[in-house]
Amino acid sequence: MPKLTIDGIEVEAQAGMTVIQAADLVGIEIPRFCYHERLSIAGNCRMCLVEVKPGPPKPQAACALPVADGMEVWTQSDLATKARKGVMEFLLINHPLDCPICDQGGECDLQDQAMAFGSDRTRFREVKRSVTEKHLGPLVKTAMTRCIHCTRCVRFIREVAGVPEMGMIGRGEHAEITSYVEEALTSELSGNIVDLCPVGALTSAPYAFNARPWELTKVESIDVLDAVGSAIRVDARGNAVMRVLPCLNEDVNEEWLADKSRHAVDGLRYQRLDRPYVRENGKLRPASWEEALATVAGKLLSTEPDRIAALAGDLADAEAMVLLKDLLDALGSPHRDCRQDGAALDPDDRASWLFNPTIPGIEDADALLIVGADPRREAPILNARIRKRYAMGGFPIGVLGPAKDLTYAVEDLGNDPHTLRALASGSHSFWRALSDAERPMILVGMGALARDDGAAMMGYARRVAETAGAITDDWTGFGVLHTAAARVGGLEAGFVPGPNGRDTSRILEGTANGSIEVVYLLGADEIDTAALGDAFVIYQGHHGDAGANRADVILPGAAYTEKNATYVNTEGRMQRTWLAVHPPGEAREDWKIVRALSSAVEKPLAQGSLEAVRARLVEVSPTFAPGNEGQVVPAEYSATHRGFSGRLDSAPFVSPVVNYYQTDPISRASRTMAACTDVYINGKASADKRTGTDG
Amino acid sequence: MSAAPKTIPGAANTPFAFTAENQVEAERIFAKYPVARARSAILPLLDLAQRQEGWVSRAVVEAVASMTKVAPIMVWEVATFYTMYNLEPIGRFHVEVCTNLPCWLRGSEDVVRAARDVFGVEIGQTSADGLVTLSQAECLGACVNAPMLQIGDDYYEDLDYDRAKALFTAMKQGRHVNGGSQAGRRCSAPMGDLTSLTTDPTTPEGGRWTAESSPAAGGGADGPR
Repeated sequence: MPKLTIDGIEVEAQAGMTVIQAADLVGIEIPRFCYHERLSIAGNCRMCLVEVKPGPPKPQAACALPVADGMEVWTQSDLATKARKGVMEFLLINHPLDCPICDQGGECDLQDQAMAFGSDRTRFREVKRSVTEKHLGPLVKTAMTRCIHCTRCVRFIREVAGVPEMGMIGRGEHAEITSYVEEALTSELSGNIVDLCPVGALTSAPYAFNARPWELTKVESIDVLDAVGSAIRVDARGNAVMRVLPCLNEDVNEEWLADKSRHAVDGLRYQRLDRPYVRENGKLRPASWEEALATVAGKLLSTEPDRIAALAGDLADAEAMVLLKDLLDALGSPHRDCRQDGAALDPDDRASWLFNPTIPGIEDADALLIVGADPRREAPILNARIRKRYAMGGFPIGVLGPAKDLTYAVEDLGNDPHTLRALASGSHSFWRALSDAERPMILVGMGALARDDGAAMMGYARRVAETAGAITDDWTGFGVLHTAAARVGGLEAGFVPGPNGRDTSRILEGTANGSIEVVYLLGADEIDTAALGDAFVIYQGHHGDAGANRADVILPGAAYTEKNATYVNTEGRMQRTWLAVHPPGEAREDWKIVRALSSAVEKPLAQGSLEAVRARLVEVSPTFAPGNEGQVVPAEYSATHRGFSGRLDSAPFVSPVVNYYQTDPISRASRTMAACTDVYINGKASADKRTGTDG
Repeated sequence: MSAAPKTIPGAANTPFAFTAENQVEAERIFAKYPVARARSAILPLLDLAQRQEGWVSRAVVEAVASMTKVAPIMVWEVATFYTMYNLEPIGRFHVEVCTNLPCWLRGSEDVVRAARDVFGVEIGQTSADGLVTLSQAECLGACVNAPMLQIGDDYYEDLDYDRAKALFTAMKQGRHVNGGSQAGRRCSAPMGDLTSLTTDPTTPEGGRWTAESSPAAGGGADGPR
């Protein structure tokens, strides 16, 4: 453990650390542009120059200088400051003075550092260089004249995103950052290079010229557009969400955010349900809350309880689900399900539907089998964690499923479900790799579980885990990767069929044949609405999507940025969103709607406040205890699962996420996501071909 | 040095494969490096491909990338970093005239003028018949024989307008001209008689320095005789 002094403060650093890391340990901030703690060290911006003794009598780059015992470092000495001023002068030589029209203005590292080290006048009399804009896809806008060639974007795209498509071409004065043949970046994490860019060379295209950072109110919340539950910051101006940025959460998303989670938020402005609607003579017409609730109550009370059912969708929060469950119980209907995709998840066996290894636990695993999942599209952040583990080496990955282009090298086990049986019986070659590992991991996706033979899939997958040694006292290597933010919360809150209740497929069977007459859709849009038959459909949700289109009554709810709500991610990590803006128009928070409806049917629920609803959640499942917020509540894996039944179908696995950019009502309403769909899914040339006059 | 092209010229793209002979050579080059360092072969493979094709096309970049198992952008970075890879098609002969200071002082402008007169091209252009591409080169390290130019692997030195014109005319007529000094001197020996080492250096008269003759040994204040 080398000891060194930085600005007179003694630091005990770990061997192999560099000076800038040691300085970060004690809170001494050395200015930097190219250095980033999650990327490889490039050492090319020279902004972190410090004075070091013993050593040559010249400043040295702190980011690339390993610590040594007895080293003395001065970060603020005359030599270091003068050197940094020189570096800054060189950086500013070719950097345009366009801060007033630059989107990075106000949150720009170069701007900040120039305040500290820049000169107020230039000695450069020559012509500044200009660089043509690059086309990096619909999400990243470029102004490459501003680029200072720190190569953070190049390193991120190669190392973290795992799609080596960016590079620096040319050299010296003519160096330019570009993607290969200027193709759009194919990464689902490409938005992060905007955050990484220390200047305004890469900015968010959908957010271009929309707001200044000091105009925004910033609320830390949770993303719900996949089942990972990334920490986000919602930036709003007035009552409009302007953008979403990632927040630091080492246990979930580190500091990255997937493109859909970041850029689908413009969907919050379109297709919104901002007032109740009632269908009259086949057409939906605006109605008052009183009328809508009275219509629903009348229908619920005039229908036999056994002919009422409810389905919860992918974005439903736990508060609304637990109240709706209680309301159905009060009405006497056991028919409800939160698994709108029909996934074979046993509500009573918590360990069978959680991602037990946890996301940070991926780094502890030493072999991985992916069954029927496409983590790159279903959960890009989790996929980045798998790639991080892969990059550490010694991590065989076998993929039995539809997608092999997961940004890391995989052993292709084909796409035949029967291979899973071979793995379960130990007769497959990859089983050996799993059983040789100390902490093997089996990741099962909805592509395997949400199909008719899902129960058998689950059984075989668990058997693989059990026979390959993935279940030990200190390691549960069996994990289910969910695709919906609401799913685990719904299972925890008990939004599953009660005694003799129907599950999703039997509810839809019932609506088709008339044995279910009233269906309550709590944001459920991903079902086959044609199967709803002649049933009376109540849709509670925030977007005019498939469910609302079919609805007979629409109760407008709130989106995740508009309510304080509880979600549980795929690991079983309970997290809460915070209200950043208010629901539009007459829309209300979802639990309040259910509560109001309970009064309308004269079976009022006791919970009159959010605290009371959350107390009810704790009664239902200890996962929701306030102390568990942000924590994974581990599940006890009950070994030897014998009770599975059914035969494996030989149809190949299909991931439920065919189009990553449009998976839920919000992203389907988003114009940005539509543009991404055009470029990445339909292969059209980007619509935003620049004219050269757009600034 | 001109700026790197903004994009790889896709329209001018041609399919690429090493010839059978070059394929053997490419495999020999590839085998020289450890598997984990396969990207070390990028430079020599690009050179080999350029010798075959005359330039580095997108197809060349992708072929070398797949051979060295790196992303095409990484090969493209290398190809754009070095000035000696031609990123656009060139003529049959690549005439690179040094115009750095020593050659310029010795009349490199006359060489450029000769090229203009014979081929009708300016620097950076390819002649209409596709015979030559004229480029400006930075110092090629043959200043003692300035002005000079490079065609392929050969240097042509001691040029002036007439000698350059003769060289270019010969090229145009398809005649071979040997490389080296066009003034007839050997390497960079003096143009006329020797100006130094005019005596046999191994004799004391020739000025051979010995320990005895050094001033420190008292061999004489006037140094070597």
